[in-house]
Amino acid sequence: MYLLDGDRLVPHDPESKEVRSRFWSPYILIIVLLSALFVRLWYLQIVKGKEYEYTSRMNRIRTVKVPAPRGMILDRKGRIIADNIPSYSAYLFLEDAEDIAVTLGKVEEILGIGHEELSALVESARGLQFFKPLLLKKDISWKELAMLEVQKNTIPGVRVEWEPRRSYSNGSAASHLIGYVAEIDALELKSLREKGDHYRMGDFIGKSGIEGKMELYLRGDDGALMKKVDAYGRDLEVREEIPAYPGKNIFLSIDIDLQLFAERLLRGKNGSIIAMDPRTGEILAMANSPSFDPSIFAQGISPETWQNLVSDPSHPLENKALRGFYPPGSTFKAIVAAAALQEKLITPETTFNCPGGIRVGRRIFRCCKRSGHGEVDLRKAIVRSCDVYFYKLGQMLGITRLASYARSFGLGSSTGIGLGKEKTGLVPTPEWKLAQTATPWKEGDTVLTAIGQGFILLTPLQLLNAFSTIANGGKLMRPLVVKKIEYFDRKPVEEFSPDVLGMVNVNKEYLEFVQEALAGVVNEKGGTGGAARLEGLDVAGKTGTAQVVRTRLYEGFPESEIPEEFRDHAWFVSFAPAKNAEIAVVALVEHGGTGGSAAAPLAREMIRRYFEIKDADNNL
Amino acid sequence: MPTITFDRRLAQSFEFIFAGIVILLISAGILNLYSAALNIKTTGTAIYMKQITWGLTGIACMVVFALLDYRIIQRVSYPVYALSLAILIITLLYGKAPTGATRWIDVGPLSFQPSELTKLSLIMVLARYFDEHWRPEGFGLGELIIPLCTIVAPFFLVMKQPDLGTALMIFFIGLSMVFFARIRPGSLLILLTGFCALIPLSWYMMKGYQKRRIVSFFNPMKDPQGSGYHQLQSKIAVGSGRFFGKGFLKGTQTQLHFLPEQHTDFAFSVWAEEWGFLGTTLLLAAFVYLLFKGLEIAAHARDRFGMLLTVGIVAHIFWQMTINIGMVTGLLPVVGIPLPFISYGGSSLVTTCTEMGLILSVGMRRHLF
Repeated sequence: MYLLDGDRLVPHDPESKEVRSRFWSPYILIIVLLSALFVRLWYLQIVKGKEYEYTSRMNRIRTVKVPAPRGMILDRKGRIIADNIPSYSAYLFLEDAEDIAVTLGKVEEILGIGHEELSALVESARGLQFFKPLLLKKDISWKELAMLEVQKNTIPGVRVEWEPRRSYSNGSAASHLIGYVAEIDALELKSLREKGDHYRMGDFIGKSGIEGKMELYLRGDDGALMKKVDAYGRDLEVREEIPAYPGKNIFLSIDIDLQLFAERLLRGKNGSIIAMDPRTGEILAMANSPSFDPSIFAQGISPETWQNLVSDPSHPLENKALRGFYPPGSTFKAIVAAAALQEKLITPETTFNCPGGIRVGRRIFRCCKRSGHGEVDLRKAIVRSCDVYFYKLGQMLGITRLASYARSFGLGSSTGIGLGKEKTGLVPTPEWKLAQTATPWKEGDTVLTAIGQGFILLTPLQLLNAFSTIANGGKLMRPLVVKKIEYFDRKPVEEFSPDVLGMVNVNKEYLEFVQEALAGVVNEKGGTGGAARLEGLDVAGKTGTAQVVRTRLYEGFPESEIPEEFRDHAWFVSFAPAKNAEIAVVALVEHGGTGGSAAAPLAREMIRRYFEIKDADNNL
Repeated sequence: MPTITFDRRLAQSFEFIFAGIVILLISAGILNLYSAALNIKTTGTAIYMKQITWGLTGIACMVVFALLDYRIIQRVSYPVYALSLAILIITLLYGKAPTGATRWIDVGPLSFQPSELTKLSLIMVLARYFDEHWRPEGFGLGELIIPLCTIVAPFFLVMKQPDLGTALMIFFIGLSMVFFARIRPGSLLILLTGFCALIPLSWYMMKGYQKRRIVSFFNPMKDPQGSGYHQLQSKIAVGSGRFFGKGFLKGTQTQLHFLPEQHTDFAFSVWAEEWGFLGTTLLLAAFVYLLFKGLEIAAHARDRFGMLLTVGIVAHIFWQMTINIGMVTGLLPVVGIPLPFISYGGSSLVTTCTEMGLILSVGMRRHLF
């Protein structure tokens, strides 16, 4: 068949083999390629459908963490010690950045982050991390915050989010007691996760002190906002809100006024002051010097600052009140006296002659007064701090009985305050000495122990607690720091009442004798604690001078002419009023010299301040 | 000479199902656009309303061209081709650029994308050329110089706009027709060698963003904000539709604008997300019907021009839909090629409908003359 139009040379026959054969390849091509598309759709929609559906849901729901503020730490009167302030951080949302180069350029300019650092950050987010916000800079300054907010629309992808940050209203006040928070480390994270706690990288966690001990209470439950967003990251609506629950508030037994006062007293010295209510064991103040500013940890501490803090020879991070070891010196005599009375080895009337020293074995043990105190009874021995009298008591008691009485006053074991890593101190026994030094116990060791020297080591808190036991008539109390815990809405969680750990095995009348004798130390002429005397108040107390191991070079030198690191530690432990005491104070000044001159005035000022505050409260 | 004729035998051979499926596809496209552009604020007429207008125009064109004797097309093919080249050149010189590319030209109140006409005119001119210089045993290299030039000229002009997608379509349509007309084995070898040599050259010619797209196709996470991200979002949309789809207007990827160009190049993703595997299979089936019916009509065409014209049009629809779906499902790099009937675009829709009308015209006249 020829075509009608034109002058075709070649005829066209649709039925011909020549024409038919041309259609094979189009059919095959269509079948093959459309099958490929079909299989692809099957794969995406059926095989991977569930996965993509999940991704599409995640695509439009952005979960934003709503940080829960950490619980506050307050003093006994509800005054804030630790609180939270907003801290602003800049984040980069990669998928919202229209032109990543422009955004990064602005970030570089405003936040001063290096180009390399930024590139590395962005590079790290490649892959599946793409939708996660990247932290550009934590804790940006007000100026940076303002710059970012003003230029908000020209730097898409950069957003500022706030987070509560720990702040301490009184700076370094009670820093050792309060402790500090810092970013969780990998080890903590691992162990907490194993326990089932929901911590995440970058979370802040209490590392020491109350912050550490009360972490589980203080930590709030972070909330979450599930926001529906569009492809530009614009929030469309809040789909679900899991509210953030602030952490619980911790009320301490501390009186912040008294605390700050104690810290002022310690300024320029190394040492420790603790005030306690002997009736309840409540700690009213616990100050150490030197101290540190806990907020530097919350801001993220630099390695140099950390190194400086750790390597400082005066150990500013150490809570000396709980962890400092010192020989108690003459303060220990109060306990030896009670023990000797209870064991009926002596009566208050028993007298010994003090010639200024005695020979025990081959060694001469001198009294603090080289010329001797002459005839002294127990009361005078305490008031004048006669060593010879107590050497004799030590010989009579023997180390075993001495140690057992010391332990019953809570010495040589932790006080149970429950603040991390409290040290137990050391009440030596012959077994201990043999095990440690491979030499047998000598009577000279007993004699030295009786005046609080030699091997015996105590923490300031232990010594204070022992004196509180004397002051309250024999009840060994558990030192209390946390009074109560409340929910953020003030509903009570838990209240802590005084806890009597045990009664010392000393008759009340003997304890009352010791109380009275201790009042004599302060108030009697010739008493070593005269510097603690207060008008109109019966202050009781005992001085102590803990000998620092030093060369014989300085033997006999006046204290003021000896280099500081070789000077003795000065103790003063006191309570007031002498009968029915309501406050007990220990003051320790490292290398301060004698207790009577260096420590007693500090204790006196604490007691005075305590009653001033009490009067002021009563007048309200 | 017959022009618009009506004859009982014509009516008998009219492919009503074919025309019906075209109308169904147009309707599906409008429905899809309604959803895709639901949250897009436009000044003036809504996008789906415009598409309805274009759809109706298209259907009218289809009917008119079905009734028109396609041999008229044969006669006007050279001037139309020349005109389309001229318009391309004018567009390059004076066209307006909605997205930085000079693809559009104003005709009165309407914006017109001349490269759509280029594709049809290329089909027409190649059909006529091969018909008039028919070599049953296949064409030699020398005889292919003119048809290859007719392909390369619009290819370069469109590439210059730059519109890689349409240029590729011109290339694919032209080559399909050349292959259908057959090339002698020796010439084929030389041609293939030459083509391979052209690949690095075309890479050199490509614009930065075009290169980026191809790079990101092979490594989508390298540039997730760019085309790789778009393709990722498109795959999420398609996949998350699962079997039944999320439902009309309920595609989250679509409604929250995670999809790029969701009313044009990525319209299929919208469809896949909202109507699921069921919807995509039905859509593919409709296309398969049109393609197979087209080939059947071509095979039974009374004259060679009708056959070649129909094969060219089938090639056009086939490549365009395959590349588009391949692109939105992540099988192929992102190139701007709309899905026939479904994607928004007046020029494309009217041209495609005209082509459908031409196929119908060839089919109606297979028992005539």
